[in-house]
Amino acid sequence: MGLLDKKFQDSNIIIVSLEKALNWARKSSIWYMQFGLACCAIEMMATAASRYDFDRFGIIPRSSPRQADVMIVAGTVTLKMATRIKRLYEQMAEPRYVISMGSCSNCGGPYWEHGYHVLKGVDRVVPVDVYVPGCPPRPEALLQGFLHLHDKIMNESLVEGTGSKPVVIHDKGGDDIQVKSAEETDEHKTARIEFPQQDVARKKEGA
Amino acid sequence: MTNVKENRPGPEVTLSPPVDAGNGLKTQEMVISMGPQHPSTHGVLRMELTLNGEIVTRAIPHIGYLHRCFEKHSEAMNDYAKVIPYVDRMDYVAAMNNELGYAIAMERLMDIRVNDRVEYIRVIMSELQRIASHLLAVGTFGLDIGAFTPFLYCFIEREKILDIFEKASGARLLYNYIWIGGLMNDVPADFKTDTAAFVKSFRPKIKELNDLLSHNKIFIDRTANVGVLPEKVAINYGVSGPSLRGSGVEWDLRKDDPYSIYDRFEFDVIVGQGEMGTVGDCWDRYIVRVWEMEESLKIIEQALDQMPDEGDVQEAVPKKIRPPAGEIYCRTETPRGELGYYIISDKSTTPFRVKARAPSFVNLSVLPAISIGAMVADMVAIIGSIDIVLGEVDR
Repeated sequence: MGLLDKKFQDSNIIIVSLEKALNWARKSSIWYMQFGLACCAIEMMATAASRYDFDRFGIIPRSSPRQADVMIVAGTVTLKMATRIKRLYEQMAEPRYVISMGSCSNCGGPYWEHGYHVLKGVDRVVPVDVYVPGCPPRPEALLQGFLHLHDKIMNESLVEGTGSKPVVIHDKGGDDIQVKSAEETDEHKTARIEFPQQDVARKKEGA
Repeated sequence: MTNVKENRPGPEVTLSPPVDAGNGLKTQEMVISMGPQHPSTHGVLRMELTLNGEIVTRAIPHIGYLHRCFEKHSEAMNDYAKVIPYVDRMDYVAAMNNELGYAIAMERLMDIRVNDRVEYIRVIMSELQRIASHLLAVGTFGLDIGAFTPFLYCFIEREKILDIFEKASGARLLYNYIWIGGLMNDVPADFKTDTAAFVKSFRPKIKELNDLLSHNKIFIDRTANVGVLPEKVAINYGVSGPSLRGSGVEWDLRKDDPYSIYDRFEFDVIVGQGEMGTVGDCWDRYIVRVWEMEESLKIIEQALDQMPDEGDVQEAVPKKIRPPAGEIYCRTETPRGELGYYIISDKSTTPFRVKARAPSFVNLSVLPAISIGAMVADMVAIIGSIDIVLGEVDR
């Protein structure tokens, strides 16, 4: 897949049909990295187990990042773990996606204010495709997140310059949510984890 | 295999010099890192293993990948009640038991008496939670060993318990249900019938689980005589809960230091017998959990019979929680062992300090002692049998 991405000058009927077929194949067997961090990992396991059954969507756990298509960041990301998550993300083969599961990895959640060792959102280290809210999200919510990821994958293009089109998700009772495309979330490449203590030390050095 | 020397903060591991193996080849000890991303470490534990071939000569657990600043949050919350959600998130597979411990500690500090209905609902809830937690522990232990099917069977039953919790509290995993001086709200009208139906349907499932996993030849081969934790070592390290009882020590706080209304029920304390191998091996620690589920069912049945129908569950919930100046240590038996809360009050509405004595943390400390001489593949069984929850280890 990576050989074809962004290699065509302009779109035509064959390309469009091919990309639909490829996208359909991509979305129909998403393997996620089995990698639980905290409470949300238990709900992720529950989603994979008997009642909610991930398998019917072709979603299968993998233990190695090299075999995985999507990383579910399930739980609180601490500063000690953040560098590991970035490393694991970099080990995954493209095309790769990230689902941020739960309030903690979305924004810090209950640890937002006083959590001196908690990263305030995993999107500070890796680009996130789908945010699933909740503390912890119900299995249904995680499944919904995967369905949104399906929409996003189906909207991807092989044509140069188009990138993945932003997906507008229609949710009842809320404004339309814009999911950022890959270009917009490039910040992660330059982003740096803020270690409060280091900042203090740096200020002292400057003074 | 990662070279762990770069970012290890501790002292350098000195490896033994290369040994001539006799056939012109040389062997040397090797350091490998297991975790923090490893499917069998039950979260984000990192083990630094020194190996001589396949034999573990030294194992150092590195923790702190899930340190979520529990004590800081307790001090920063301006209300004792606001600590309960953070208590939930410590041992997230046994949230009810954690809440119960905190609530009892606070009630003892403030000298609050709760009515019988509250006590019975609390006991039923925490015993159901114990079953749910043990089901998860047993299921994932099988998963670590390589048995996938029991995991799915355990989760079917676990979902039934979560349904009961959800009806009562509205949440599946983290409940904030047991409050200081009472409960969040009363149980729904069909709580008794639901729970009784679950107890009736769950009894035969324990036998099914035994047939599937406990007496499976492969499972016994992987767990019996592996990771033997002798009685003396267990006591010296302060191990508690099923890990301690697996070593043959009859110690259960529900019996030996009864809290809440546990002195009203009849149940047995399950201890490891060494049926399949040595007393205190991985299989013993596993089977203690299985039979404890049966004992929990006994307690639930008795509690359902005795539970009064009358009583306001918010009767004793204080409007403003302002305990007298002082300190208290209160310990309760969670599915993982002795959970103690040490709370210091300075007579204000904010806790001065809330320290938790987490059973997982203490139980994990025994790991280096019992894993020496084990095969590297058995490390998975040993970690699984101690049943740690990293949220509680790091807090």
